Amino acid sequence: MRRRILPGFGISLGYALAYLGLIVLLPLAALAWKASGIGFEGLLRLLSAPRTLAALRLSLGGALLAALINAVIGLLVGWVLVRYRFPGRRLFDALVDLPFALPTAVAGIALTNLYAPNGWLGAWLEKIGIKVAYTPLGVFVAMVFVGFPFVVRTLQPVLTALERDVEEAAESLGARRWQTFFRVILPMLAPTLLTGFALALARAVGEYGSVIFIAGNIPMHSEIAPLLIVQKLEQFDYAGAAALGVAMLLLSFLLLVSVALLQRWSNRWAERTS
Amino acid sequence: MSARMASRPIGWPRRVVHVGLILVALIFLVLFLLLPLATVFVEAFREGIAPYVAAIRQPEALSAIRLTLIVAVIAVPLNVVFGIAAAWAMTRFEFRGKALLGALIDLPFSVSPVISGLVYVLLFGAQGWFGPWLEAHDIKIIFAVPGLVLATIFITLPFVARELIPLMQSQGSEEEEAARVLGASGWQMFFRVTLPNIRWALLYGVLLCNARAMGEFGAVSVVSGHIRGLTTTIPLEVEMRYNEYDYVGAFAVASLLALLALVTLAVKTLLEWRYGDEIAAHAPGGH
Repeated sequence: MRRRILPGFGISLGYALAYLGLIVLLPLAALAWKASGIGFEGLLRLLSAPRTLAALRLSLGGALLAALINAVIGLLVGWVLVRYRFPGRRLFDALVDLPFALPTAVAGIALTNLYAPNGWLGAWLEKIGIKVAYTPLGVFVAMVFVGFPFVVRTLQPVLTALERDVEEAAESLGARRWQTFFRVILPMLAPTLLTGFALALARAVGEYGSVIFIAGNIPMHSEIAPLLIVQKLEQFDYAGAAALGVAMLLLSFLLLVSVALLQRWSNRWAERTS
Repeated sequence: MSARMASRPIGWPRRVVHVGLILVALIFLVLFLLLPLATVFVEAFREGIAPYVAAIRQPEALSAIRLTLIVAVIAVPLNVVFGIAAAWAMTRFEFRGKALLGALIDLPFSVSPVISGLVYVLLFGAQGWFGPWLEAHDIKIIFAVPGLVLATIFITLPFVARELIPLMQSQGSEEEEAARVLGASGWQMFFRVTLPNIRWALLYGVLLCNARAMGEFGAVSVVSGHIRGLTTTIPLEVEMRYNEYDYVGAFAVASLLALLALVTLAVKTLLEWRYGDEIAAHAPGGH
């Protein structure tokens, strides 16, 4: 019915598919093809190399931890911005998007400068014995920075739409504030919180620009997986770079699938409690 | 909402908790987001205004600015046309594999920027699929401007489509169908009905797409080859100066990108305040 009235189905879909094919699918096919060049044994050897393992562990572990912290702080900031009224609220709300808008290389050198031993925050942290720049902790800080807006921005619409009645009912039934939060509010927010978590995670796993400056890139210590790909390319080891790229894509795909499963489970949790 | 909050009496212990939560959130935002931004400008002007101006007027900086503009001017319009076409097909017609198409459009957001650059090296580099053919015909894509453009297109591909799809979905197609029934041609319908309906969301998408296109680092760094004055965009110039310990120079050029980010945020906030309904609820933009 519709198809007959509105024009342009063939041309718009055809154009979109051709464009996606040329820009996304063809290059990804080249990636898979090059990666297959090193064979299964080569892949195993590459992935079991201590340096690769250390880098993958840092990229995945750091991203998981950063996404977790972002879920907690993002919930707090989102809650404060939606629920409370205070001077400058809109300005702070706009500020949340800064990590999206600030180019990663700029964020990278700014964070390094800030957390370096002679930096504004670094000097102060040094006194209490915490080293951030050029350590895995620095990688983590940069990952929290780039992933921060995701949780806040996914939560905000849901927080705004959250029915106050349920909270008030819980409280009139004698629930304490923290009980209301953990038993009523959190289960309702859990699926959305997980969406934000997954977005922050996906971003942090592959993050490059904001991390490499503050990481110091010490092999086996503060070297991230995307940097290994760059190094392999610089040594003209195209097959190795491609294989590592495929491995990273598969790993982040697995992570996201597990988050999606967790989300399904939390959806049921939310339905049960509401 | 605030009326209801006011109608409920709030005891002072709860008010203390409110103020405490607000303070913790604001301190985090200031220390973690505002301070890095402030650093950029403080470091850029550390030695005064004259060295700042000199750092930006160096020929390498000027050619980096020019190259960044060229890349954005090619990549953004291409992704606008793609975004409109994809949104039109996805929101106005039913077809098999629609969900798969949506996932494909989002794919560049979940790929590491380094991999986004790598795929083009594998395609067009000396050892790539088309490498020998390109070499025989003396066409350079990798370590040249076309490579920078391609990597940027890949990275920014989802922005416009992702803004338009939810909006056009919620708007429905009644107005467009009416225009057709009343005898409008396809293009008349597009320019007089569709485009006015989506203009603010389109502008919003273009804004985010452009910010990312001009600021992209990882993908561009892989395909650039870092040939100064020829294949270095502003972010790459920042990196090179920083690695050469030219901190004032690096932060001076970085301050241009920070300014772009501030303008982007300001326009974005303005659009959300003024035309929030016409932009529609949207998922947060990625990478």
